[in-house]
Parts: sequence; structure tokens; C-alpha cells
Amino acid sequence: MTILKTLAIAAAGLVLSLGAAQAEGQKTAKDISFSFEWPFGHFDRAQLQRGYKVYKEVCSNCHAMHQMSFRNLSQPGGPEFSDEQVKALAAGFQVKDGPNNDGDMFERPGLPSDRFPSPFANEQAARAANGGAYPPDLSLITKSRPGWYGTINQLINGIGGPQYVYSVLTGYTPDDQLTEELKKEQPEGKYHNPYFANGHWIGMPPPLSDDAVTFDDGTPSTVDQMARDVSAFLAWTAEPKMEERKRTGFMVLIFLGVLALLLYLTKKKVWANVH
Amino acid sequence: MSGHASNYQPKSAFAKWFHERLPIMDMVQGQVLDFPTPKNLNYFYTFGGILAVMLVIQIITGVVLVMHYTPHVDMAFNSVEHIMRDVNSGWMLRYMHANGASMFFIAVYIHMFRGMYYGSYKAPREVLWMIGVLIYLVMMATAFMGYVLPWGQMSFWGAKVITSLFSAIPFVGDSLTTLLWGGYSVDNPTLNRFFSLHYLLPFVIAALVGLHIWALHVVGNNNPTGVSVKSAQDTIPFSPYYTVKDAFAIVIFLMFYAAWVFFSPNYLGHAINYQEANPLVTPAHIVPEWYYLPFYAILRAIPDKLGGVIAMFGSILILFALPWLDTSKVRSGNYRPIFKQFFWLFVINCIILGFAGSGAPDNYFLSHEAAPPDQWALTYKLVGQICTAYYFAHFLVILPLIGLLETPKPLPASISDAVLAKSHPSTAHVPAE
Repeated sequence: MTILKTLAIAAAGLVLSLGAAQAEGQKTAKDISFSFEWPFGHFDRAQLQRGYKVYKEVCSNCHAMHQMSFRNLSQPGGPEFSDEQVKALAAGFQVKDGPNNDGDMFERPGLPSDRFPSPFANEQAARAANGGAYPPDLSLITKSRPGWYGTINQLINGIGGPQYVYSVLTGYTPDDQLTEELKKEQPEGKYHNPYFANGHWIGMPPPLSDDAVTFDDGTPSTVDQMARDVSAFLAWTAEPKMEERKRTGFMVLIFLGVLALLLYLTKKKVWANVH
Repeated sequence: MSGHASNYQPKSAFAKWFHERLPIMDMVQGQVLDFPTPKNLNYFYTFGGILAVMLVIQIITGVVLVMHYTPHVDMAFNSVEHIMRDVNSGWMLRYMHANGASMFFIAVYIHMFRGMYYGSYKAPREVLWMIGVLIYLVMMATAFMGYVLPWGQMSFWGAKVITSLFSAIPFVGDSLTTLLWGGYSVDNPTLNRFFSLHYLLPFVIAALVGLHIWALHVVGNNNPTGVSVKSAQDTIPFSPYYTVKDAFAIVIFLMFYAAWVFFSPNYLGHAINYQEANPLVTPAHIVPEWYYLPFYAILRAIPDKLGGVIAMFGSILILFALPWLDTSKVRSGNYRPIFKQFFWLFVINCIILGFAGSGAPDNYFLSHEAAPPDQWALTYKLVGQICTAYYFAHFLVILPLIGLLETPKPLPASISDAVLAKSHPSTAHVPAE
């Protein structure tokens, strides 16, 4: 039995250990906390509205978000802008439509049912405008990029997608703080960011600077605040039904729990005379 | 126990009329309601019922998902996101289906290990066991093709790696791979044929499950003592005893399942699969779903490609021979002190194999640090090799030898005796003669 015990301990150690899939030299995302973590967590409307503003005024210059429509912004469980706000905000975008009866494409103001227009016509145009780098679509970015790894770690803390986005946005090494070695290695037009998933040289210049955006609710727009807010916003775009999901989950678990209890009592009674 | 006449008596004139034309109620009475079942089955025996429920859930959610899914390389990924965002409760259907696959495998692994521990594969249940192994094989194929359908990065590259394995087969390998792909690379024809087969195979599984249950009802259930049913005293009718016990276990399992679906729906998948497939960008690590990891470790353990493929398929096919590799006449591990220890070692070995399949082969085991190539180091690959060797040794050396060398504990005279000894330990200690 001692062999068994030793092995059981080894197995337990194994489960607790870190998994392995992280790119070489990549830093683990900063473990900041968000209001939507854990089963009871939900989105902070004001934060999502601020995050939308950061996306609109900063990110959307280069990044598409083609899974999202304007109408999503007023849906329950999201930033919950009013329908009027969404109409006005959609109208602020020019959308390509057509062909019309003459066979021509034309531009018109956006409608709530339109998807967010992409900043570039195609991948080639995007690369040409960004020094060869392709700014990824942001709709699912917080679900497609883990902030950390590890079997147990991810189970407890989630995959850390929003934290990853926050860490990249706030994790740039200023050029004047680069070591000589890194400076030698620095590719043309790339910036040092140890949190970036694809090697630590990133094509995106530091996108945020203090007061880049003026928040309507008077929240001071520090880099940290903007990074948090836009990460939360992108957590919502990746999982717009999260609040509905958790709410449904509680109803399902309560229903099943009561059913299980009744079945257990029935089972006990039915089996009482078996021996 | 087989073909026993049921006590079905049609009560109404219509029931009598119907019974004379199709005696299905007779079968329900005899095989479902009254079916004599050993009275000592524990909760590990509820996983058969749980698996049946999981199969039905997968088929129902799958059929509805198909109503909204588009199997085309340009549209598949976006149609899945359409399900997640615009279809009413589409997120729930998809998360139920995706996590349902994992739950299906959790249940099937418990079901299989239960069969191994209690010797449920031994005479007269060899055919029952072999049909089960066949179901497991078809399940693996089905789950693999299903994972390709969302057309994310891991879908694409997983499909590429696994289908490329077939090219290692001598002579026909390349033609076979071309046939699987429907061309010369993983592309739209591949997605379409996988979609078609992913819809077909669950019904094949359902048919095999029918045979599995048929075979079960010919020989009857094994039980934790491994002692055959000797008299009517050893059994109770399936209903209400096991209908209610299974129902309770099923609901508990559904709660476990719901916890994943509603509170951690993406943990069991890969983040990178939320990135649309891109044939030009290879992910840093291509890893299969968790339920394939032990076999992936076996595949990578052999340095030769064909050898790896043979070892991987061999590790599953060897299960067909299990009834004849285990030389012991005693079924239940409860009465086999040596076997019991090796059984748990085997379980642990399978879990370690799973971890060995999860990391980059040349990294230190359970770390993301690369090991120096020119000196000895405990890498994922080495752990995989050791555990692969043990996996096969368990079946080919350990099991046959234990059966010959071990002295089993005395068996109870009957199931009833064992049950009485358990509930009144002071009064009954009846050694077998």
C-alpha cells in the first residue's frame, strides 16, 4: 500500500502543477479582478459603456469587431445603452450597402441592425496600413487568448482572457527603458511587450495614453482605467449571453437539486425492504 | 435469465388485440420492468444509464444545432458564433453539446474502469464487453469529427494532424488520406464529409447500444461480488428499484454537467479554437481534447510514425482481447488483493499518460521550460514512453501473470450472502466452500 500512497501523492502534485503551453519568455497576465468573475459576477454597465467608448475612439481605428451589431449594445446583459442612444450611435458610422437599383454600391448612415463596419476592406489593406501586422478582430479576443495556463489554475481563475488584454495594453516597456540587448534585437516598427502572446515584439504602438478618451461619467481616464474598461467591454463582446447563462444556471441547478432530493427520498423508501 | 417468459397479461381488449399483432408491451414488461437484476449493484453501475441519457442529449442538441449551422469553410465559424449570439438559447445548446461530449467521455471512462475492476468482461460477458469497446471507438471518431465542425484553429490543425496519421499506413496510406480529406489538404470537402459522418455516427452508436443492451440482457448483469446469480433471492426487478436508483444518479450527474455548461463552459475546450481556422498559421501547440490525451501520449512515445500509429490504435484494440488476457477465474477485484493494487496503478498510469500528452514533448514534464536536448531529462516525451510501456505491460504481462500467481480471497456463497454479511457483519461470516 505504500506504493499506492506515494503514487497518490505524486498524482495530487501533478494535478496542482502548472500546465505547459506558454510561449517562451511570455509573461503571465496580471491577475486583476473584474466584476463578472465567478458564478455570481455580472457586468458593470457603466464600465461596459466606458469600455465601448475606448473601443470606438481608440481600438476601432485598426481593429474590426465583425461579430457584433450596433443593436447588441442595447440588449440586456450588456452595456444597455437605450434604443435611442444606439440609433444615434449607429448613425455616426458610414456603412456600405447596395447594390441599389442602378447596380451601384452606396454609403449610408448605420442602422442598429448593422454590424460594426471593419476599418479595412480586407486583410491585405489592413497589413499594408500597419507595417505588415494584421490587427486581429476583437469580437472574441478575450475568449481566444489565455492569460495563463495550468489545469487547476484555469479551473479556478478562468483562462484570463480579459486580463491578457489588460496586460498587453498596460504592459509595454517604454523605449528608453529597453536594455541594450533588446535594443539590438528590436525589429523595425515593433514595440517591446512581454505580455504579447506571439513573441514579445508587437506591431501595435502603445494605444493608450492618459486622457486619450473623455469619459461621460467623469471617471478619470488613466491608462489603467481605460485598459480595464475596454477589457471588460471585450469580455462582454466575446460572451454577450454571460448574464443570461449564469441566471439560467442557477435555475437549472436549483430545479435539479430539488429533483435529486425527491428522487433520493423515493429511492430510500423503495429500497427500504431490500436486504 | 435470458428469454424468460414475462408475466405480461393484456388487460384491455385493445391491449390484447395489439399484443397479438406486436408483443412489444410483453418485451417492456419482461426486459425493462421485471428484468431480474442483482440486488447489490452500487452507484458505479448507474453509469450505463447515465451514458444512455448523454447519448440522447447529444443527439437532440446536435439535431437542433444543425438547423443553424453551415458546413462551409467560409461560414462554419461565423455560423457557430451566430448560434452563440442570435439563436434563442443557442449558447445553451452549443455549450450543452460541447461540454456534453466531455461528460460523455467522463461517464464512459468510469463505466469502462468499473467493468475492468469488477471483471465484467469475463465469461459469459465477452461479447457484451467487445460491443462496448466498439461503441467507444465509434464515439472517439464521432467526437473527433465534431470538434472539427466549428472550424477554429484547433479544429483545423487537429484534423490535419490526426488525418495525416493515416498516411503512415504502408501502400494505401496516401490514398486513404486523400479519401479522408476529399482532396490534397484539409479543406471544404473535409469539413463536409466530417459533418455528414458526425451526423451519421451517433445513430450507429445508438444501434450498437441496442446490441450492447441486448447482450447484457442475455447474460444478465455482473455485480460487485462477481458471483453469478444463483437464485431468485439474489435479484430484484429492475423497476422500481433500479429505475429510481438510476434516475437519482442521472440527476446528480446532470448537476455536475450543468455546473460546467453554465459556469465554466470553455474550460474543457481550447481558447485558440475561438480563432477562425487559418491554414497559413500553425498554432504553437497542437493538442487534442482532454479525452484523447493518453492516446496522443502513446502516439508520440514511439519515435517512428507508423510505430506510433500502431501503438495508438493498438492501445484501444488490445481491449478487445482483455477477456482472454486476464487469466483469473475470479471476476471481482474485491476478492483479488494483488489485482486490486495493479488496477489502481493502471488508472493512475492512464491519468499520467493524459498529462504526458498535454505538453510539448521536449519540455520538462509539467513545466513549460525546454529541456536541454543532449542530456537526460524527465520530459513529457520520456514520461509518455515510460507510461506507454507500463500501459501495454499491464495487459500483456501483469494481468496474465497475476491471474496465475495470485491467491484470491474466499468468495461469498451467493450475492444474498454477501449483502447480508455487509448489513449484519457480526452474524454472517460465511466462507465459500
